[in-house]
Amino acid sequence: MNAPLLTIADLRVRFHNRDHDAVAGVSLSIGQGEIVGLVGESGSGKTVTAMSVAGLLPRKRCDYSGTILLDGVELLHADRRILRGIQGRSIGVVFQDPLSCMDPLMKVGAQVEETLLLHTDLSKAERRQMALEALAAVELPNPERVYNSWPHELSGGMRQRACIAAAVVIRPALLLLDEPTTALDVTVQAQILELLKKLNRESGISMLFISHNLGVVRKLCTRAAVMQNGVIVEEGDTERVFRHPRHAYTRRLIDAIPTRDGRRESA
Amino acid sequence: MKYAFRRLSALLLTMLIVSLCTFAAFSGISGSAAEARLGTQATPERVAALREELGLNRPFAVRYAEWLSGFATGNLGDSLTYRQNVGELLRDKVLVSLLLSGMSFALIVLCSIPLSLLVVRWAGTSLDVAHTLWNQFCMSVPPFFTGLLLSWVFGVALHWFTPGAFPGLSRTGEALHFLLFPAVAIAIPRIAMTVRMLRGTLLRELNRDYVRTAISRGSDRNSVLRRHVLKNALTPAVAFLAQMMAEIVAGVIVVEQVFGIPGLGRMLVVSISNRDYPVVQAIVVILAFWVVASNTAADLINVRIDPRLALRDE
Repeated sequence: MNAPLLTIADLRVRFHNRDHDAVAGVSLSIGQGEIVGLVGESGSGKTVTAMSVAGLLPRKRCDYSGTILLDGVELLHADRRILRGIQGRSIGVVFQDPLSCMDPLMKVGAQVEETLLLHTDLSKAERRQMALEALAAVELPNPERVYNSWPHELSGGMRQRACIAAAVVIRPALLLLDEPTTALDVTVQAQILELLKKLNRESGISMLFISHNLGVVRKLCTRAAVMQNGVIVEEGDTERVFRHPRHAYTRRLIDAIPTRDGRRESA
Repeated sequence: MKYAFRRLSALLLTMLIVSLCTFAAFSGISGSAAEARLGTQATPERVAALREELGLNRPFAVRYAEWLSGFATGNLGDSLTYRQNVGELLRDKVLVSLLLSGMSFALIVLCSIPLSLLVVRWAGTSLDVAHTLWNQFCMSVPPFFTGLLLSWVFGVALHWFTPGAFPGLSRTGEALHFLLFPAVAIAIPRIAMTVRMLRGTLLRELNRDYVRTAISRGSDRNSVLRRHVLKNALTPAVAFLAQMMAEIVAGVIVVEQVFGIPGLGRMLVVSISNRDYPVVQAIVVILAFWVVASNTAADLINVRIDPRLALRDE
């Protein structure tokens, strides 16, 4: 494999109002076009890891060390202005709750276009054209209508598709997905996973997929890392992690996956 | 548009109820309007004759309907003190008070928006503490005191204007100059309240998830404020400013006394002490309309900003 797109090395984050590290020495890399799953329960540090990559750490309220390299550019200690040029442009983020993450008073189209407005000199018509293409690419029926809708006029699944469109409209190298399907019901969740696979296949975008649900990660990711108490306790090929878990915590996570007949799926 | 129709019908209904209550209350007391007018010369015969002349013997519903239609035609009966038509008597005074309220309102809006944006930047610093103390101070200074202070400093000491000598509306420039001082007196505590409210709203909005989304796209603080936060903070601000209108009316009544402005507030106080009920009841309804109309206007503005509001009360 050639040089990885993203390399996280010995990342440590401690919030000032806590007496333990939220992230305690995490190292992880994501190759070009790879989908990596980061699994763990709430408080395990997976979201803090992703927020560090996205440049969303509240720097004044925490101590942090280590390095995060995206295509050779250091992000963790980067100047805010440099970081702003990378946020959205090279890294797209999709959050858990698509309703609260959209500006309720801005039409969907304008929100999808926002990265184009911030990072390109495209004209209004060109931005609109790209936004419509992105809305079509995330398989929203009638992109024109969605473009002119308010967020509250869409269903949860449609909103999350629009959020994904907003994150990928500018074709960033990396997409961070923080529990993007947790707030959705199961059938919609499966559709969104299919969509993410398709986007990855067609555009080669790399993804860091964060979830507390190992079953979801198995459906999507080629590689998985399991986090507990701020450290990665197990990492490897998703199927290997699934079939031959080496760590007791991984086994507990696998046991927690609900199955059709109520029993644990055989290995 | 359905929403606008509902709001406007609610406005009309409210005003109907307010006017009915006012009229009922005053026809309760002012059964003795004839006695009041005749004073010591009141004999039963003269009172009966005057009651007949004033039309007080007709049924309540007829008198109410006639009075209510007076707000459209301008015929609201005669003042007992001035022997003049109430509509004519109040017309200029309404304009003066409207001008004073409008200027106070403009000062509140023009000062509190930039001030709150400044104060939000200070959140969590020591300047924030200093600002909060200063803000509390401004909020607690009553307009009549500020009014007296301004009259003394700018009127008596600096001669920028002559307290008590309102030039009249026909000399518009001078009238505006004069009214600026009472408008400031009314506005100061309300600016403090509005800044406090806006600061809270802006800080709350800045913590919302959509702000994090905007930052993750590479927005800086200013574009987050400009593109997302201000609009979201606008609807509570508009509703708050509409309530502020009622506060301003209360301020106008007091401050007109202090500065000797011949407005509605001063007329109300004088008419109450003269037991001039036709004037008082007309002013009460005008002031109520003022407040209800500002709230309706706020609702109509807000539904244009936030289309969800129209769905909420269906």
